[in-house]
Amino acid sequence: MKCPEKWVVYMHEYLDEEISAEHEKELREHIHHCTDCKMHFHQLKKTIALVQSTSHIQAPNNFTANIMANLPKEKRKVGVRRWFMQHPLLTAASLFLVLMAGSLLSTWNQDQQFSVSKQPNLIVQNDTVIVPEGEVVEGDIFVRNGKLKIEGQVEGNVTIINGEQYMASAGKVTGEIKEINEVFEWLWYHIQETGEEIFQVFDEQKVVGKGEDNA
Amino acid sequence: MEAIVKTRVKQVLKGDQNAFGEIVEIYKDKVFQLSFRMLGNRHEAEDIAQEAFIRAYVNIQSYNINLKFSTWLYRIATNLCIDRIRKKKPDYYLDAEVAGTEGLTMYSQIPSQTRLPEDDVESLELQDTIQREISKLPEKYRTVIVLKYIDELSLNEISEILDMPLGTVKTRIHRGREALRKQLRHM
Repeated sequence: MKCPEKWVVYMHEYLDEEISAEHEKELREHIHHCTDCKMHFHQLKKTIALVQSTSHIQAPNNFTANIMANLPKEKRKVGVRRWFMQHPLLTAASLFLVLMAGSLLSTWNQDQQFSVSKQPNLIVQNDTVIVPEGEVVEGDIFVRNGKLKIEGQVEGNVTIINGEQYMASAGKVTGEIKEINEVFEWLWYHIQETGEEIFQVFDEQKVVGKGEDNA
Repeated sequence: MEAIVKTRVKQVLKGDQNAFGEIVEIYKDKVFQLSFRMLGNRHEAEDIAQEAFIRAYVNIQSYNINLKFSTWLYRIATNLCIDRIRKKKPDYYLDAEVAGTEGLTMYSQIPSQTRLPEDDVESLELQDTIQREISKLPEKYRTVIVLKYIDELSLNEISEILDMPLGTVKTRIHRGREALRKQLRHM
């Protein structure tokens, strides 16, 4: 005996969980005494159970890494921005350093000509500055891109940038002598100067020049 | 879950690749499973699943953030699987009998691709048989059966993924079930 199609339709409605209450009741009653349909229904349910039983498999271990390696390169802009976002402090510090170095280097390049701080009794010959014998220079001496010969006495600090200094045996400097020849020394000097200036603002009386004898 | 994924999608939209890695972690098993059941072998499944994620990444701008991400991702994966199945349609069938033998099919001529040492759990004969029977289904039935019973998606979602009316999805599922029933009834 061949049952009408509608029973199979009901079965699928049931499997889709969309069967109405009365269809379900009819289907149950029909299956109860129709072995063919009962078997059909049973086979359908078994099929589903079998399909669902296929064990859940997992993606291979290196799956994600492989994908990430095969993605098109992200724009470098983004990578840089992410780095900056992750390291705000380093970003600020590096930005500061770049700007500082830039401005200092530009002053270094500007100051290629010979210059000397004016003091009344200094003698200048070409690029050599002479502190004459027996004379006392009161105050600091700065020489840029030139030589300094000290035969007399200097009451203060001596700074020579990109040059040399010769000290005669009779020469005397009461302050410090600094020779700055390299860019990095120059930078360091500048930073120190800036620092000292800042301290001077706080404590003016303290900076009077250290009494040091460099005979 | 969807909320996390959507946050990650927004990060990816801004160009953050690492956020995409997290999306892959969330969906890799589902997508791999889908591809594996559709294609029937691990190697191809891995290939297609990876391709699906890469396409999702490349086309992330076209994803509508108001829709479910999984639906969009499954659609990409399903379409890739269907393309692959259509492309490699064999001109012979593995379950056809080898000429001059009795009851010996082409299956016995190829090494089983699923029987790798690490696959011991799945290489149980029953699993293989079921997979083989799923693979025999015409692709239009196979797709809906896999989405419904292996990825456990609702009929509505399937209709969205396949961009197909709900009625068509139902009809295909019914036919797919009937076809599978005939294939598996002797088990």
